[in-house]
Amino acid sequence: MSGPRASAFVLAAAAAALVSAGPAYFLHLLIQILIWASVYTAWALMGRFGFVSFGHGAFVGVGAYVPALLWNYFGLTPWLGIPAGIALSVLIAVVIGYPCFRLKVVGHYFALVTLALSQVVLLTLVAAREITGGSLGFTPKAAGHSWYALQFPEKTYFYVIALGLWLLALLVWRRIDRGINREALEAISEDEDAAAAIGIDVLREKLRITVISAALTALGGAIYGQYMMYLNPESVSGIAVSLQIVFAAIAGGVYSMLGPTVGALLTISLTEGLRVWFGVTFIGAANTIYGALLVLCIIFMPQGIVGTLRRAIVSRSPKLARAE
Amino acid sequence: MLSLSAVCAGYGSFQVLFGVSLDVPRGQAVGVIGPNGAGKTTLMRVISGLVPIRSGTVTLDGEPIDGLPAHRIVEQGIAHVPEHRRLFPRLSVEENLRIGAFIPRARRGFARQLDRVYGLFPRLKERRQQPAGTLSGGEQQMCAIGRALMSDPKLLLLDEPSAGLAPLVVSQVFELIRRIRGEGLTVLIVEQNVQQVLEVVDRAYLLEVGAVRLAGTADELKGNPFIRRSYMGL
Amino acid sequence: MDIFLVEAIINGILLGGVLALLALGLNLIFGVIDVVWIAYADIVMCGMYVIYFLYTQYDVPLLLACLAGIAGMAVFGVAVHLLIIAPVLNSAPINQLLSTGGLLFFLQSFATLLFGTDFRNIGVRLPVVEIASIYISFARLIAFAFGLIGAVALYLFLKRTYIGTAIRAVAQDRDIVGLVGIDQRRIYLATSAIGGALAGLAACLLVLQYDVHPFIGNTFGPVIFMICVLGGLGNMIGGFVASFIISQIIAIGGYYSSTELSYVLAFTLFIILMFVRPRGLFAR
Repeated sequence: MSGPRASAFVLAAAAAALVSAGPAYFLHLLIQILIWASVYTAWALMGRFGFVSFGHGAFVGVGAYVPALLWNYFGLTPWLGIPAGIALSVLIAVVIGYPCFRLKVVGHYFALVTLALSQVVLLTLVAAREITGGSLGFTPKAAGHSWYALQFPEKTYFYVIALGLWLLALLVWRRIDRGINREALEAISEDEDAAAAIGIDVLREKLRITVISAALTALGGAIYGQYMMYLNPESVSGIAVSLQIVFAAIAGGVYSMLGPTVGALLTISLTEGLRVWFGVTFIGAANTIYGALLVLCIIFMPQGIVGTLRRAIVSRSPKLARAE
Repeated sequence: MLSLSAVCAGYGSFQVLFGVSLDVPRGQAVGVIGPNGAGKTTLMRVISGLVPIRSGTVTLDGEPIDGLPAHRIVEQGIAHVPEHRRLFPRLSVEENLRIGAFIPRARRGFARQLDRVYGLFPRLKERRQQPAGTLSGGEQQMCAIGRALMSDPKLLLLDEPSAGLAPLVVSQVFELIRRIRGEGLTVLIVEQNVQQVLEVVDRAYLLEVGAVRLAGTADELKGNPFIRRSYMGL
Repeated sequence: MDIFLVEAIINGILLGGVLALLALGLNLIFGVIDVVWIAYADIVMCGMYVIYFLYTQYDVPLLLACLAGIAGMAVFGVAVHLLIIAPVLNSAPINQLLSTGGLLFFLQSFATLLFGTDFRNIGVRLPVVEIASIYISFARLIAFAFGLIGAVALYLFLKRTYIGTAIRAVAQDRDIVGLVGIDQRRIYLATSAIGGALAGLAACLLVLQYDVHPFIGNTFGPVIFMICVLGGLGNMIGGFVASFIISQIIAIGGYYSSTELSYVLAFTLFIILMFVRPRGLFAR
């Protein structure tokens, strides 16, 4: 890690530590930002190579519901339930990914198929209302402060867990970024056929990154569920969640490690800020403004916020421009 | 009729034409020859409005047309038969011809133009309902030229009409160009097949690396030793 | 055969007619402009609200309200293209998906803001027709009939008019259409208007049968996507046929179990069919 990056990290961690000492509300917000930042970073593992999935809401939903269901119905500890959720998410990713990748379903086709996937997961959760509670939501059985149940009323515990998750996501990102496979993946995203022609196992590489992305996303969903102690199909799956993931990651910038985190910071702060401002007076006003801002953001900043800023900084500084 | 003066053009940061000047007098046929990459196709696209120019002027009968979008240039009376024909593959032959008469001026004379084109290309009339993508190379070239003629142009631009065609078909295509020319249409042809094109045109320009290297009548170029050696293999 | 199963099959066909309209619209826009309007189902939702309010609040006769809905959505389609699509037309395709995705979010939220989340019914009670002891809703029959009329009208327009042929030409080779005198930008606007109008027509047909609420787009949006992918994106005929295949699966699935599960079934079969024919059943 280069000098400026390392110091940025230290600063961020320090700021986070400061905030964590503050009022519980900010801690609550920070935990959510960290969890979703991990999910967005996980998505960006695929997104940066042009494999744009509009179905990651499916993985969040499965990752969140599976351990909760297993806990409530079988008393199974989330330490086993969460891996089960991750496994199921990975299975779904492979089942959908394999035909898509093998048969060159890319671009718009892939986006639409994955969009349909996230909605189908939502519909399944709603349809199985006997088990999942449907649209009314699902509440894991409370166990107080328990390592076995992975439940902690004290927010600081989850802060540490969320921080750990986030650092894990960044670590995975860095490993992919520096690994050998990165160039293979970039070659694939440039020109799949040419990549195959020089011997890259396109199918395996694509599946591999999809599996990693899905697993990490499911883990994020699981932690989210454990923290919130309440699950609702609309909030952890479906089109809206998938779109949100894509937006935040792209708005923050998928080509940089901290881009998705910036995206999480901005989008969640914005959503919360709007929600607080409008309160319950105009239901939907907050989201309307949010939606409008998203569209404007895409139109005026197609490289994402981090990307646009980066370009602005680089073009102003001759030294950095030469280094680019 | 058509006049280019010191035209510079290119794609993005990549410049292709460096100050090209040429004239196409009314009623004449002019050829542009030169190697691959010389900028011949770019030249055509500049005239027809697909590529913007960076400097210089393009005038038609004294009126500047540079800067006009392609569909307006068709209204001015210039029809461009693009490289590789570029027919609409799933439209039938007749639909391709019909769409060639899209501009209001041409729609009025549609029936007359269609008769003219079918008169020139009877084979097209036989295949009028066939999807254009299923025609042979030579037939596609005829259809492409026919489509351009449907807009009742005063200047016809032909970009590499012989490309990808068998020698016998090439001769037929050039015979047709001679006939069109004989009807009084002004023609500008870009061609790699130097032998054939110099038989058809009155004047020609040699374009190399984006600039005009030689210009003269067809006979002058036919006799030019450099041309004979480098481009005609003699 | 069980009479209720027959009813389900027939209802599936009738539903297919309306879905086909939307598939045609989405495919048309994709084929010509090369963008997918993710928010297409939500444009239908807007149309439904327009018709609902014109009819119930302003006492506009139903037919007139429907025509206003169609015209209004045609204009809306042009606006979508100018404001949401055109600015990102030359950047990465992901940006186009995102801008229409953002539109989806915006429209659903805005509708919630304006109209609340209540389910609203236009309250038009059309008779139930009985044919050979099978009960069919007249509204569904009308919807099917007009859906087919719309499809035929679209076909004739594309085949017989200059603009229609120009639209088909742009779909086949958009770079050189200028050379035959076609203004590419105008064709994009015309296509967007037609796409919007088709959504408006679908809105007329759906508002007769279903309650309107801000999130109704989420119920049939993904279905339309599945249909278009199955039929081959941009393939109008493929989308038309696929509409009836998928709607049958949903109808029969809904007969044997719940509606939600029938969607899941449709999706599962869809994925399996993807294994078999990835470019769509009727890809070129």
